[in-house]
Amino acid sequence: MNAIPFPAPPADSETVLRLRTEFRAFLDRELKDRTPRQRSDNWYGFDRNFSRAMGQAGYLGMTWPKQYGGHERSAYERYVIVEETLAAGAPVGAHWIADRQSGPSIIKYGTDEQKAYFLPRIAAGELAFCIGMSEPDSGSDLAATRTRAVRDGDNYRITGTKVWTSFAHEADWVILFCRTGSGGPADRQAGTSQFLVDLKNTPGLTIRPIIDLAGQHHFNEMHFEDAIVPASMLLGTEGQGWEQVMSELAFERSGPERFLSSIELLYQLIGVLQGSSSDAAQITLGRLTARLAVLRRLSRSVASMLQDKQDASLQATIVKDVGALFEQGLPDIARELVDCEPDPHSAAAYASVLGNIVLNAPSWSLRGGTREILRGIIARGLGTR
Amino acid sequence: MLADMLHRLFDRHIDDGAYARAREGLWLGEVWAEVAEMGLPLALLTEGQGGFGLTPAEAGEALRLLGAHAVPLPVAETMGANRLLAAARLPLADGPAGLAHGNDVRVENGRLVGPVARIAWADQLDCLALAVGETLYRVPRSGWSISEAGHALTGQPRPSLAIDWAIDASAPLPHDPRAEGATIRAFQIAGALESALELTLSHTATRVQFGKPLSKNQAVQHELAKLAGELACATAAADLSAEALARGDLLGVAAGSLRAREAAGAGASIATQMHGAIGFTREHRLHLFTTALWTWRDDFGGQVHWARLLGSAALGVGADGYWPMVTAL
Repeated sequence: MNAIPFPAPPADSETVLRLRTEFRAFLDRELKDRTPRQRSDNWYGFDRNFSRAMGQAGYLGMTWPKQYGGHERSAYERYVIVEETLAAGAPVGAHWIADRQSGPSIIKYGTDEQKAYFLPRIAAGELAFCIGMSEPDSGSDLAATRTRAVRDGDNYRITGTKVWTSFAHEADWVILFCRTGSGGPADRQAGTSQFLVDLKNTPGLTIRPIIDLAGQHHFNEMHFEDAIVPASMLLGTEGQGWEQVMSELAFERSGPERFLSSIELLYQLIGVLQGSSSDAAQITLGRLTARLAVLRRLSRSVASMLQDKQDASLQATIVKDVGALFEQGLPDIARELVDCEPDPHSAAAYASVLGNIVLNAPSWSLRGGTREILRGIIARGLGTR
Repeated sequence: MLADMLHRLFDRHIDDGAYARAREGLWLGEVWAEVAEMGLPLALLTEGQGGFGLTPAEAGEALRLLGAHAVPLPVAETMGANRLLAAARLPLADGPAGLAHGNDVRVENGRLVGPVARIAWADQLDCLALAVGETLYRVPRSGWSISEAGHALTGQPRPSLAIDWAIDASAPLPHDPRAEGATIRAFQIAGALESALELTLSHTATRVQFGKPLSKNQAVQHELAKLAGELACATAAADLSAEALARGDLLGVAAGSLRAREAAGAGASIATQMHGAIGFTREHRLHLFTTALWTWRDDFGGQVHWARLLGSAALGVGADGYWPMVTAL
């Protein structure tokens, strides 16, 4: 029975309610000039001033040790901050990856020097990270990675290409997954390692834009040609890269951000329909709200499992799979209620939000593991593989 | 503990023959006697009300088990009716009970008169917890006649009633019986989906085609993953609804109930498809759960009723009030 349990999340305590209220006031202040179209960028927004403000106010590194600039708050309190940030359409790009996965990876695997340097700066909202996993011939099949690091005295020399690197052109650092062993296809997962690579000061590293179908520049290609990285920037243990990168992916997939990407469209839809007596509008909004409320509950359940130090990776994968269907389905549902030609550059809020979301929605079941990969993981959790 | 006892009870007493008899409209009196002996009809009451003081998690588990065994008796309805009667300080049911909202029932010269549609096993019930307006009535079996036969998709009887009763037990309505019923059904749906997933996992692991078990096919694995997603949603939806009911929040009940109803249809469809033709027969047990899911998802208010309630609230709070409304659900 109950193949994959989702424990009941805690009710919001006084502390949590106060945190939510305070944080909403913070967001109101910080985001007052942000247009609906900008808010609909959701986690594709990048604004160092906003991230710095988050850091200064104590909303980054929420669960980390105080010794490293963290705030030693609960995983559930961090959940509240994350969901409120996304629900408000805040530009999170300059702290998102660092706060969610790079920092936790450094806490788990980093040296004392690495922790002392990176963590306080991330918690202050000063350092932006990006993800160095996918390659031209290694997307979902991460173990096929070809980028290689070779030890050379006090350094490693790195050669290879990473792609789909969001914000590599803006960020400061990347955690790079690459091959360090001699191995070929036989030891696909063995002989891999992770490095902390300075994006602004690494000779031999070139970053080129990949423009997405919306015409926006989030993605990049990072080309390493005999790029020199100090050996002190090896993260964790040489040869343990696979285990480490899986752990990093678990941080990436455990978050609640997997169903709120199109929330601004839902707000705009309500705005357009408000005052209408349409029965279809009421019924549709009722059903959407039910889906959203239940996704939130599942997500809070994941947060409470993390709080209790349980492995929530399977539960989180389910939330991401179900959540992506919700957020991707919204534009088509909106189109059944309101006729409007989508145009991201329109001066009209609804048309611009719809346009931005129609163009960006396809990526939501690709990033962080494609739908097909996630369903394979869930099936394995059910014992079929 | 309670869960284990219930499992054993239902496994021992409800075999394929019993399900078949229930489908023919025969009352499983012996099973009811066992259920009553265990005190299950009082399981949702507080200790002060004469219940066992189950935690919400234990109460939910008991309700889920009724769904996971597709128990062909109105046990869940009786549990809900008793919770409502106890909250209203009316006498509890002395046997199986029903739960209804009487839209077309009216009070005339001290009598309660009017139709109530489709009550499960109505001719076997001791009483009906019936809400009319803001009043709850405890209508005994002598207070109605069967006006029209009817059957649920499970085959079990669902006759419609003509109420005509000299009122002698009423109290202010503690909460909407549709909210009570919708919450209970959400748990039963989650339970039936658990069983549907279990059967589907077992079938796809053992059925060999093209030289390998069905579950070794990616296309099949992805459907199993979707079914697990629907089960997760139904389980969370039931919990959400129960918590909302406990604090008197109809919008939360609407949200939980709606998502469970949606999962019932989506999940039943995947489970049936993954079974192939055998899932479409009465030979295989899957039909017990699919027909129950298709029945329960339209009970106690129905999808449109609850969606309108929640949707009109969303439109009422407007774009700025929407997210705070969602986080309060």
